[in-house]
Amino acid sequence: MTETLAPAPATSPARLSRLADDDLALLLLIRHFELELLRLYGAGELNGTTHTCLGQEYVPVALRPLLGPGDFVFSNHRGHGHYLARFGDAHGLLAEIMGREGAVCGGVGGSQHLHRDRYLSTGVQGESLPVAAGVALHLRRTEPGTLACVHIGDGTWGEGAVYEALNLAALWDLPLLVVVENNGIAQSTPTGAQLAGTIAGRAAAFGIGHHLVVSADVNEIRPALEPLVAGVRSGRPLVVEFRTHRLGPHSKGDDTRPPEAVRAAREHDWYDRYAHDHPDHFHPLDARARALVEGVVAEVSARPPSRWSPCA
Amino acid sequence: MRVAENLNAALHGLLADDPAAYVLGEDVLDPYGGAFKITKGLSTRFPGRVITTPISEGALTGVAAGLALTGNTAVAEIMFGDFAALAFDQLCNFAAKSVSMYGSRLPLRMVVRCPTGGGRGYGPTHSQSLQKHFVGMPGLALYEMSPFHDNREVLAAMVDRGEPCLFFEDKILYTRPTGLADPLFRVRRDGDLAVVDPDVPELAARPDCVIVAPGGTAHRALGAMRSLLLEEEVSCRLLVPSRLYPLDVEALLPHLGGVVLVAEEGTAGGTWGSEVAHLVHQRVWDRLRGPVRLVCSRASVIPTAAHLEREVLLSESAIHRAVREALRG
Repeated sequence: MTETLAPAPATSPARLSRLADDDLALLLLIRHFELELLRLYGAGELNGTTHTCLGQEYVPVALRPLLGPGDFVFSNHRGHGHYLARFGDAHGLLAEIMGREGAVCGGVGGSQHLHRDRYLSTGVQGESLPVAAGVALHLRRTEPGTLACVHIGDGTWGEGAVYEALNLAALWDLPLLVVVENNGIAQSTPTGAQLAGTIAGRAAAFGIGHHLVVSADVNEIRPALEPLVAGVRSGRPLVVEFRTHRLGPHSKGDDTRPPEAVRAAREHDWYDRYAHDHPDHFHPLDARARALVEGVVAEVSARPPSRWSPCA
Repeated sequence: MRVAENLNAALHGLLADDPAAYVLGEDVLDPYGGAFKITKGLSTRFPGRVITTPISEGALTGVAAGLALTGNTAVAEIMFGDFAALAFDQLCNFAAKSVSMYGSRLPLRMVVRCPTGGGRGYGPTHSQSLQKHFVGMPGLALYEMSPFHDNREVLAAMVDRGEPCLFFEDKILYTRPTGLADPLFRVRRDGDLAVVDPDVPELAARPDCVIVAPGGTAHRALGAMRSLLLEEEVSCRLLVPSRLYPLDVEALLPHLGGVVLVAEEGTAGGTWGSEVAHLVHQRVWDRLRGPVRLVCSRASVIPTAAHLEREVLLSESAIHRAVREALRG
């Protein structure tokens, strides 16, 4: 619990291992989906706003086989990757964001309010943690062995709801997995300017385990998490902190970081690193994901608007 | 039977009838049984489904929503309704939104109980009537406990609604008997609405004034009706809806006359009564002798000292005066 929030060393990140085809394909699907969204916003084809997970795609990809259909996943404002990792449904998600027929939630929820089966996202920071605690309480009693997983960011730790829920999770031995994507920046505020102490220290205050992930290599992250997630299933809540990098802006064009900070994030980007380390594996799957997303955009854009009745 | 006992029995009934029902809140376990003893006996009879929580109103409301989300029925107690402010985000941005913001209806069987109101000297932060702050939130229904509505029935109505409900419980009402004790009046039910009229058919048929009041104000309205009848030969009808929002104004209309007054304990400004008045004006403006009158507590904090508290809170005599002024027109 003595770790600090010092920036990662300036040395080049380690070589990435070769991924399974489905993991790489999913990473690339999320990447191209997010890039396409930014392009569509730039072209004025989307309403409102969005928050892309560029650079953080590997978090839900690493978790994907560790979570089963009986587990609940609570996502947040930066949740496209979480949704795609769970359902692979780029059509439904894009239709939701574009307000087209076939939208997951009829175009009502949009980018940050999705609900499907045991997946739910909300746009208010920290709000989902107490709800997830209630869900975990239900699961512990009626479906032992399943868990509730909540994705939050480093900025979310400013919300009191987080601590109220962690207290309950520890008191009640809840199967609650808190996944923190600490990308070092809360909208425009560097973590060092908004978070005193450490996330590990905060988890420790409740007697909750904390696992730090600094790697972006799915093959390294996943086996380390496997026994820990099994522990969550037997009622040991856990905070998993990914030290990650937000490649893009907070939402659309609102990146005020100095160029060196953006450059540092880029140096850690799994995408360029994987292309460099495994070009033969990368390029055909990258081309395929790009074409797939282009096809999704073409198809969904041509759909009629979604329909919904306000009194439903 | 006292209203508190009726409510306690209603919670016993809910837990007995519905194996997926939970009651949670601060200090709700036996032998304490809640700050107002409403949950007494529940944890002994239903261990495991009555859950005591830390002092975390936001979290316990969120947990209730999580239980509701997974198909359970959750009744959360906020020890003093004032503290519902700490759960506002969970109520407004999660529970009330979730029933409709995901494109299709997501039913949540969830009731948040709020002991409400002054008159017990608890001071500015433990005496408020916060109903008005929750009026007009789509997906959130507001109910108020009344001496004329059986709480088991009201609980069932809230649960069956399939959306989060706030239940406002006037603290003074806890200690009052259920039903009507005054022989001058008789009460009948018209659906959700309790209708109280003088026990003389000629007076009941043509009331001089109709008072609309939530359950917590009903006894003060009845006291004013008694003195108006005996001292001034003014006959009033009292209408007590169980659900305050969304209000079924159509149900009120057949019982209204030319003079209508809304009495509530909330402080003046942006009140539930102004919502009622607007709805009534829209429908029967032509039938009214004048605008609907509003009588409520003064726009003030609620003091602790009894003599000061009395100056601020809605009183029987204020209702009496307001009716007299309304009739003078």
